[in-house]
Amino acid sequence: MSLIESIRFITPEIILLAGAIIILMFSLFVSNKNVLGVFALSAIVAASLYLPQSQKVEPVLFFNMLTNDSFSLFFKEIILFITGIIILISIGYEELKEKYIGEFFFLLLNGAIAMLLAVSSNNLLMIYLSIEMLSLISYILVAFLKNNTLSSEAALKYFLFGALSTGIMLYGISLVYGLFGTTDLAMISKAVSAGQINNLVSLILLVLILAGLCFKCSLVPFHMWAPDVYQGAPTAVTAFLSVGPKAVGFAVLLRIFSNNFFHLYINWVTLVMLISIFTMTIGNVIAISQTNIKRMLAYSSIAQAGYMLIGFVVGTAGGIEGVLYYIFAYTLMNLGAFGCVILVSNYLKSDAIEDYAGLYKKDPVTSFMLSIFLLSLTGVPPLAGFWGKFLVFNAAIQSKFILLAVVGVINSIVAAYYYMRIIKFMYLEEPKAKEIGPKSVPLQIALAIVTAGVLIAGLYVTPFLNWVKYSQSFF
Amino acid sequence: MLFPILTCIVFLPLAGGLIILFVPKQNIGLIKTVATAVTAIDLILSIILLVNFNYSGSMQFEENLSWIPSVNIFYHLGIDGISIGLIFLTTLLSFLACIGSYSIGMRQKEYFFLYLLLATGMLGTFVALDLVLFYVFWEIVLVPMYFLIGIWGGPRKEYAAIKFFIYTLAGSIFMLLGILAFYFTSTPHTFSILELGKTTDALTMPIQILIFIAFYLGFAVKVPVFPFHTWLPDAHVEAPTPISVLLAGVLLKMGGYGFFRISFPLLKDAAHYFVLPFAILGAINIVYGAVVAMAQVDFKKMVAYSSVSHMGFVMLGLASMTTTGFNGALLQMFNHGIITGAMFFLVGVIYDRAHTRDLNKFGGLGVKMPVYAGMLTVFSLASLGLPGLSGFVSEFMSLLGSYAAFKIITIISVLGIVITAGYFLYMLQRVLMGPLNEKLAAISDINKRELFTLIPLMAIAILIGVYPLAALKFQMAAIEQLIAKLGGMIF
Repeated sequence: MSLIESIRFITPEIILLAGAIIILMFSLFVSNKNVLGVFALSAIVAASLYLPQSQKVEPVLFFNMLTNDSFSLFFKEIILFITGIIILISIGYEELKEKYIGEFFFLLLNGAIAMLLAVSSNNLLMIYLSIEMLSLISYILVAFLKNNTLSSEAALKYFLFGALSTGIMLYGISLVYGLFGTTDLAMISKAVSAGQINNLVSLILLVLILAGLCFKCSLVPFHMWAPDVYQGAPTAVTAFLSVGPKAVGFAVLLRIFSNNFFHLYINWVTLVMLISIFTMTIGNVIAISQTNIKRMLAYSSIAQAGYMLIGFVVGTAGGIEGVLYYIFAYTLMNLGAFGCVILVSNYLKSDAIEDYAGLYKKDPVTSFMLSIFLLSLTGVPPLAGFWGKFLVFNAAIQSKFILLAVVGVINSIVAAYYYMRIIKFMYLEEPKAKEIGPKSVPLQIALAIVTAGVLIAGLYVTPFLNWVKYSQSFF
Repeated sequence: MLFPILTCIVFLPLAGGLIILFVPKQNIGLIKTVATAVTAIDLILSIILLVNFNYSGSMQFEENLSWIPSVNIFYHLGIDGISIGLIFLTTLLSFLACIGSYSIGMRQKEYFFLYLLLATGMLGTFVALDLVLFYVFWEIVLVPMYFLIGIWGGPRKEYAAIKFFIYTLAGSIFMLLGILAFYFTSTPHTFSILELGKTTDALTMPIQILIFIAFYLGFAVKVPVFPFHTWLPDAHVEAPTPISVLLAGVLLKMGGYGFFRISFPLLKDAAHYFVLPFAILGAINIVYGAVVAMAQVDFKKMVAYSSVSHMGFVMLGLASMTTTGFNGALLQMFNHGIITGAMFFLVGVIYDRAHTRDLNKFGGLGVKMPVYAGMLTVFSLASLGLPGLSGFVSEFMSLLGSYAAFKIITIISVLGIVITAGYFLYMLQRVLMGPLNEKLAAISDINKRELFTLIPLMAIAILIGVYPLAALKFQMAAIEQLIAKLGGMIF
C-alpha cells in the first residue's frame, strides 16, 4: 500500500495530534479545566470513531512499519478508553492547577498517540521509538507538580531507570539487526521459523529486549521504580501509568514474543515463568505492609502484572486470550481504584490508609465503588477481575503449568488480605471527624463508567470473551 | 416445569436486598418488613418444592441456560434428594434468623441487604449444577459474611472476620483449580456436574487424587475438618446471634454438601482411596471437638466446638461407603442445622439479658426462666443424642454405617457421644440449676418473638426423632443411587 493510502489508517493519531496542538494554543487564552477537558475528551471520541476497521488482508502500512490487525485494534480501543477516563479523572483532580492544564492535556494526548503507534508497530525500531516517546512524556507527567519534591524525585528515579532499561533494549535490538540484517518483525519471523539462529545468541537478545519491556510492565526485577513513582506522581498520572504503559508493554511483549519469536518459545518459557512467580510474590508480599494507599496499589499492580504474565508464559491461544481479558479487566478496576483514591484525597488531603477509617459513613457511594474495585482485584466472582484470573489459570491448567497455577492461587490469598484491609478500614472502623467537600462531577462520571464496566464484564462475559477471542489473531 | 421456581428461590432474597437499598435508612420498620417478607416467601416456595418433590432420586426442577458459551459455562440449576433438605433448612433458618435479627441495633439497612445477599449465595450453592456457577455462589457467600461478622460482631470481630475470609478463600481458590482440572480432563470439556458424573470414572488414579485434594481443601475448611477448624470458634463467637445461626446451620453444610455432590460421585476411586483418612478425621473431630467443648467457660464457644464434634459424624458417615452411613451423614447435616441453630438462638437469648456468656456466672435460672429452661433442655438433649429426638437418629445411623467398615474408629467415636452428654449436662447444671445468681434476679423469661423462632425448630427435631422417615424418604433414593455408583454397600 502506498504511503498516501496508508495515511487513512492513522487518522486517529492525526486527530489526536491536531487536538493536542489546538489545546496547547487555546490554553494561552482559556485556562478553564472543564473547557479544555471537554475538548480533549471530544478529540478522544473523534479518534475512536475514526479507528480503522480490521481487514481480511492486513495492509502493509508505511513500508511495513505499522500494521492494522485486530490485535492492535483491541489495544487501540483500550488505550483510547484509558485516555478518556484519565481526562475525566484529571478534570476532577484538584492538585492539578488550572494554569498548566493545557500542557497536561497536550502531553496526555501525545502519550495516547505514542501508545497507539506502539501497539500497531511491526518493526523493532518503530516499537523502540514509540515506546521512547511514551517514556519521555511519562517522565514529564510524573514531574508535573513542579514544586512538590516527591513528584520531582519520582520523575528523576523514573527517568534513570527508564533510560537504563530502554538502553538495554536498544542494545538488544541492535544485536537483532546484526543477526538478521533487518528490524522488520515479519522478516525476522521468517528467519526464525527457518531455524537459522543459534539458541544461545537468541536467548541473549531475548533477555535484552525483555529487560526494556519488563520496565514498562513493572515486572521483577525492573519493578523498583514503581512504588516511588506511583506515590510521588500526581494521582491522575499514577492512574495513567498503572494501566497505559502496562497495556502497551504487554501488547509489545505479545507481538514480539508470542507472534514472531514463538519458535524460540522453549528459550524463554522458564525465564518468564520465574519472572511471573517473582513478580506476583514480591508485589503481594510487600503490599501487605504498606500504609499509603497509592504505594499499596503500586505493589498490587506489580502483582497483577505477574498474573497477566501467566497467560503469556502458557503461550497458547487460551493463554493470550486470558492476558487480553485480564488487561481489559485490570484497566477497569485499576482506573476505578485510583479514581476513588483521587476523589477521597480531594477532601481528605491524605493518601494514608488509616484515614479511610469509617469512610462508609461520610461517603457511602465512593466506599461502595472502591470496595467493588478492590474485590474485583482480589478476584471475587462475579466481577471482571475474577474472569481474568479464571482465564489465565484455565490456560495454565490446560497446558499443565500446575506450579504456576498453584503459585498464582496462593498469591491471590495473600493479596486478599491487603485488599480487604482497606475495606476493613472503610466499613469496620469508626470515622474520624472530617467533613467531605463537594465531589467533582466528571470524576464521578468516570467512576460510574468503570464501575458499570466491572459489573457488566463480570456478569455478562460472553461479548467480551468474543471480543478477546477475535482480537488475538496469532494462532 | 415452566415456572423457574429454583431461580425464584435463589434470587428472591437478592431482589429484596436491592429493594432495601432504595428504602431510606431511617425507615427501619419497612426494611425489616421487606426482609421478612422475602425470606417468608422463600420458605413458602421451598415448602412447595417439598410438596411437589418426586422421591425417585432423580434430578428435578432443572433449569439449564447457556451463560458463557465459549467456555461451556451453563446456568444449570436442579435439586435432588441430596439438596432438597438443605434448601429447606436454608430457607427456614434464613426466615427465622431474619426475625431474630430484629434486635440488631445499628446500620440496619446494610445489615439486611448483606443478609439477603448471603441468603442468595447459600441457596445458589445448593442448587447449582455447573461447577463454575457453584463456585460463583460459593464465593458470593464470603463477602457478606465478612461484613456481617466484621461490623455487627463482638469485641474481636475484625480478627474473626478476616480470619474467616482468608481461611475460606484459601480453601476455595484451590477448589477453583480442581474445577479447571475437571474441565480439561473430561471429554468433551464440560463444567456440568451431571455430565462429569458420566465421564470422570475413566480418570487415572493420580489425577483423581490431585483433584480430590484440591476440592477437599475447599470443603474441609467449610465443614470444618480438623485441623482447618480454627476459624470456626472465632467466627461463631464473634458473630451476632442470627449470623452464628446461619454459620452453624447452613455454611458448615456447604462443605459437607460438596463432598456429597462433587468429591464422592465424581471422584469414585479417590473417594475409596481416602475413606480411612476420612474416618480418622471424623473421629478426631468428634472426640477432639467434644473434649475442647467440655473445657469452655464461654457458652457460645462451647456450642461452637460442639459443632466441630457433630460435623465429625458427617465425615464418619461418608467414610463408611454404606447407604446407612450416607443417609446418617446427610441427615446429620440437616439435624445439626436445626439443633445447633436453635442452640445459638438460645445462647443469644440469655446473652441479651445477662450480657455475659460465662457459664460460671449463671446459675439457678431454671426458676426464673422456666420456658427458656425447657427449651434449652430439649435442644441440649437433642444435641447430645437422646433417643426420640432428631440428633440420635442421624448419629446412630452414621455410627451403624461406619461400624461395618471401621470397628475401632467407630468405638472411639462413640466415646465422643459420652463426652458430649457430659458437657451438655454440665452446662445445664451450671445454667439452670444450683443457687440463683443474685445479679440475675431480675432476668425475664424468653419472649414471644424468640419463642416463635424456636418452636418450628423444636417441632422438626421431635418429628424427625419420632418418625425419621419423614426426612429420610426425601433422600433415600438419591443416596442409594450414589452408593450404587460408588460401589459401596447397601444396607
